This record gives sequence, structure tokens and C-alpha cells, in this order.
Amino acid sequence: MNPTQPPTRLSHEESWGYDRKIMDYIHNAAAHGLYEIRGLGAKRPLPHFDDLVFLGASLSRYPLEGYREKCVTTTVLGTRFAKKPIELAIPITIAGMSFGSLSANVKEALGRAASEMGTSTTTGDGGMTPEERQSSKTLVYQCLPSRYGFNPDDARKADAIEVVIGQGAKPGGGGMLLGQKISPRVAQMRTLPEGIDQRSACRHPDWTGPDDLAIKIQELRELTDWEKPIYVKVGATRVSHDVKLAVHSGADVIVVDGMQGGTAATQTVFIEHVGIPTLAAVRQAVDALEQLDMKGKVQLIVSGGIRTGADVAKALALGADAVSIGQGVLFALGCNHEMYFQNGAHHAAAEDYARIGTAPGYCHHCHTGFCPVGITTQDPVLEQRLSPEVGAKHLRNYLKTLNMELTTLARACGKQNVHHLEPEDLVALTVEAAAMARVPLAGTNWIPGHGL
Amino acid sequence: MDSLSFDLRTTPLREMNAFLHRHTDADPTREIAVLNPDGAHNIAVGLDVPLHVDIRGHAGYYAAGMNKLAHVTIHGNAGTGVAENMMSGVVRVKGFASNSAGASAHGGLLIVDGDASLRCGISLKGGDIVVGGSVGSFSGFMAQAGRMVVCGDAGEALGDSLYEAVIYVRGKIRSLGADAQIEPMQETDFQAVSELLAQAGLNFDPEEFKRVASARQLYHWNADANQEY
Repeated sequence: MNPTQPPTRLSHEESWGYDRKIMDYIHNAAAHGLYEIRGLGAKRPLPHFDDLVFLGASLSRYPLEGYREKCVTTTVLGTRFAKKPIELAIPITIAGMSFGSLSANVKEALGRAASEMGTSTTTGDGGMTPEERQSSKTLVYQCLPSRYGFNPDDARKADAIEVVIGQGAKPGGGGMLLGQKISPRVAQMRTLPEGIDQRSACRHPDWTGPDDLAIKIQELRELTDWEKPIYVKVGATRVSHDVKLAVHSGADVIVVDGMQGGTAATQTVFIEHVGIPTLAAVRQAVDALEQLDMKGKVQLIVSGGIRTGADVAKALALGADAVSIGQGVLFALGCNHEMYFQNGAHHAAAEDYARIGTAPGYCHHCHTGFCPVGITTQDPVLEQRLSPEVGAKHLRNYLKTLNMELTTLARACGKQNVHHLEPEDLVALTVEAAAMARVPLAGTNWIPGHGL
Repeated sequence: MDSLSFDLRTTPLREMNAFLHRHTDADPTREIAVLNPDGAHNIAVGLDVPLHVDIRGHAGYYAAGMNKLAHVTIHGNAGTGVAENMMSGVVRVKGFASNSAGASAHGGLLIVDGDASLRCGISLKGGDIVVGGSVGSFSGFMAQAGRMVVCGDAGEALGDSLYEAVIYVRGKIRSLGADAQIEPMQETDFQAVSELLAQAGLNFDPEEFKRVASARQLYHWNADANQEY
């Protein structure tokens, strides 16, 4: 060792509390004086369906033959009050995403793929486009706080109406759509000036609490002569109370969206710090329905971070009647892909990602409207990067894969109907997941909070 | 003119509304009387024909909600959300209106002869509202398009976060909401007020009204606006 040189350190210690992510956040706040707005969902690690595993059949349970025996996936929603409940071929639905956040091409692709797979798709803030109505066999029409584009004619054209109280990415917050995406058509549909940064209300304009909501739901039923199922969608927070109040308000179907749920644009602080994980929400929602003796009478749709067939199967096993997918659908369409497919050839998109300060695999820049693969954009050039035909093909493949995985798991658990999956088919890999899902920790009989 | 009446003490509301929805073949301009409404909710919701509906008494929530084409008169007071999301036609409340009168109305004309409570004209999207009396706080919140004429006073936070709707007030304004401002009346404003007052059958001098519209300072995300959003 040279005594004149300071000793070389073996490692540099990064602060846990002030790591590079937090330093970057503070630098950014100091530079702009404004919170970050971004798209997609929570990025932090959370207890999730990956923390559960299925107990496949063996000697104590008898499996179904995976490739031959029938496994039913038919799903019926809205049996409580609606004259015309919805019957879907699969329990996997497309979540509400607006025309405005997505291009008209994408909305059409969602409708085509959903129709081919026998499932439903959903409008979003901003109303119903003719393209999506035409391409969707089963279309759920959202009634949101902003009421942008909401009108009785489209409500009557819908197959179900979803009253949106909140969403998992931002329970308690309203939506936003930044100026770049308020194209002339979007502005016209929403009755807004072109190019403004649109803020959506977080409270409905004409009702305030569950007693009012009961009357509002009755109004929607009167409007549609009691034909259409009425869904109520809540962001997962006080799930038990909210589900019970939604039942009290007269919902046919309740949608519970966990904190992993995505958004086209909201404050990062909302995405990462408000709401509870989907895994915890499912169990609380099912418990609430069971306590009211409403399980099977009011259907439960779970959303927020449903990505794989295993996620679908686990949600159903915990008691959901169906799931709803938003972000997974976007990824199936090519979100965050390095290439896009246009005019019969693949083209690199890396430069366009770089232009908005990101890269494939990291992009959450839906809010900018400069989606390099043409999904979350209103730009006439960019939106051509995803044709309805190509989008529909990929989405159909994705939904098909999920459904095959779902039925494979159900058969392995000895179930001839995916709705027969049950909590008893599951164990947890972590103490947290065991406590939230209320299934035993693998290899034990222990459910935290419920004794031995 | 042909006329027909429904007594809500003996006819279920659902049956009456379903009848009004199907009533497109007979004389679409016939008069319908609704007797003994007794504050029932959702009377004459979702009409789509130019019927004249007379509600002879007080109506509950969402009377004439999402109305198209029809002329609905409430001979009494109206509950929350009267004529909410109206598309066209005319709805008149002879008495007072509760919260959120004319909320998110896209078109048509709502007339309230008495006062209207909180959030009158919230999220207005192109409809016109004339209130003979005063309006409560948060009226015109986030109103996007359309016109409101208030012949009495306005409560707190009038026109908060306004977009392109315009509010005319004859009396006192307790306070303006974020981004709302009082602007000088132009010739087109006097005309608009005069025309709407005439449609409502109210006799006030347009010269007495003030114009409240958006200062458009919140149209783009602005770090210096702090708590205004």
C-alpha cells in the first residue's frame, strides 16, 4: 500500500432512503415545481397473485384430462335486476379506456378482438365512438363524473352501463388528458376547447352519497326500461364498505379495481401511494358480498394488474366472477415494444421513444400523446402505426392464451367450470399474501390473523 | 289536442316511463298530465318525443333527466338533478329546484321560476338555464358550454374552473370560483340575456346583468397556480 495515497474503498454505499430514484424525484420537483404526471400503473413491488400457487390435483383430488375434457368458461353478468343480463364466452373482459387516451384505431381493435372472443369491451371518459359500437358485440358504457360525451342515445345503444366512482390508479382523483391529445375530434366529443389540459371532475355532478347513487342507478334503469345491467366501479380502498354500499345502491355488477390498475395520465404520487393491492381487494370484496348473502347474485369483476392466465384463475378462485384488463391489453397491442408494424413491415421505434425521454420497456408516457407505437395517441401520423386489423389479431391471441391457461389450471384442479375454482385450491408463498388472500401459507395451515 | 293522464298513486312509475318511451307513433305533441307525483324520483326520464308533460305537484330527483325534445313542466318543486344531462326540449320548474339543477345539460332550456340550490348548472355542456330567483354555491362548476341567467343572487365560488360557459347574474355574487372573472357586457351578451329572459317569460332589464366567464388561466398546467387545480 502506498502510504501517500488514500485507501481505495471496496464499495460505494447508496442511501436506502435517498436512493437515485428519490434523488431524481427531488431534482425534478426542484426544477419544475409541479408533480409528475404519467401513464400506466403502480411500478413498485406489491403483494400480488404471483404470491399464490395452485394445489393441483393428485391422490386427494381428481384432475380433468387437460386436452379433451370440457371446461366451461361462460360467464353471465347482471342477473340481479336487468332484463337482459350479459352472457360472455370467457370471464376476461376489456377495461374502460377512453377514445382520447387511445386512438380510434385502437378502440376499434379492442372491439373486434373482444367480439371474436365473445367478451365485452368498455368505453371511457369522453363517450362512445361509432367505431367501437360497431366493432363491439358487447359494449359497456361508462357514466363518469365528468359526463364528457354522455348522452341518452348512446346509453340506450349500450349493452350495460358502468357508473364509475373511481379507478385503482387514482381512487379519489379525477382523470386528466393533456393538451396534445385534445384533437379536434376529442374536443368536439367532450365539449372542450382544442388543445387545453383537460381536468376531469372527481365527483359526480348530480349525486353525492350511496343513497343518492341508488336513485341515480334507478334513473339509468328507467332510461333504459330496466333492460341493461348496471355496473358500479370503485377503486380499491375501503373495499368492504364500498362493495356493501354499491350493493345497497342497487348495482347488478361491482367492479373493484386494485392499485395496480393503469391510467392514461395521473399524478405519480396517486399511482404509487393511494389504494390497496388487487390481491387484498378481491378477498375483502368477496367477504362483503358473502356477508350480505349476495355472492352469485351481484357479480364481481376484479381488475388492476391482471396479466396472465394464472392471474385470472387466481382471481376467480378467490371469488371473482370475471376480470377486466387494461394495461395487459395495451402490451398485447405492442405498448413498450421496440418495433411497430406498418405497411407490411416492421419499423424500429427506439428513436421515437428517445425523443420523449424514455426507451422500450420503460415507457409510461401515455400522457404525452406521442406513443411511439401508435396506441395512446391522437397524432394522425403516429396512430397509423397500429391498424385495427393487426391490433385485433394480437389482442385476440393474448386473450386466447389467457383463456387456455385459465382452463388448463382449472382442469388441473379438477374443475369442469372455471367458476368452480375456489380458495381451497390456493396457498400463499408469503405471509403477506396469506393474510391478504386469507389462504394458508404453503406447507402450513396458518392464515395470519385467523389462528392456526 | 289529445290528452292523457297518469296517476302515480295507482300507476307504477316504471310503467308510465316505459309508456312515454314507446309513445312515438301516436300524436307526439299530445299533452300528458302526471297526477299525484308526491315527490317521486325519476319522473319522465329519458323522453325522446316532443310531448308536453305536466307534472302536477312536487317531483323528486332527476325529473325529466336526459330529456330530448319534450316540454316538461313541474307545477311544484323539483329535487336534485332536475333536467340533468338534458339534450334538447324545455323543462320548467314553477317552484324551487334542489341541487345540481341542469347538471351536464348538453342542450335545451331549463327554467326555474324560484331559487335553485347548490351546483346549479354544474358541468354544463351547451344547455341554457334561466333561474328566476337565486342560485346556491358552486353553481356553474366546471361548466363547459352553454349559458346561465340568474335573476337573483349567486352563492360562493360561482363558476369555479369554468370552461367556455357564460353566466349572467343580476344580483350579488358572494364570491367567484377559481379562474372565473366578471367581464364587461357586450352587445351579444345583452341580446343573449334578453332572448333567454323572453323564452322564460321573465321581465328583467338585461342592462342589470353582469357577465361571468373563464379567465382561461387554468387551461394549461401551470406550476404557479398552486392550489387552484
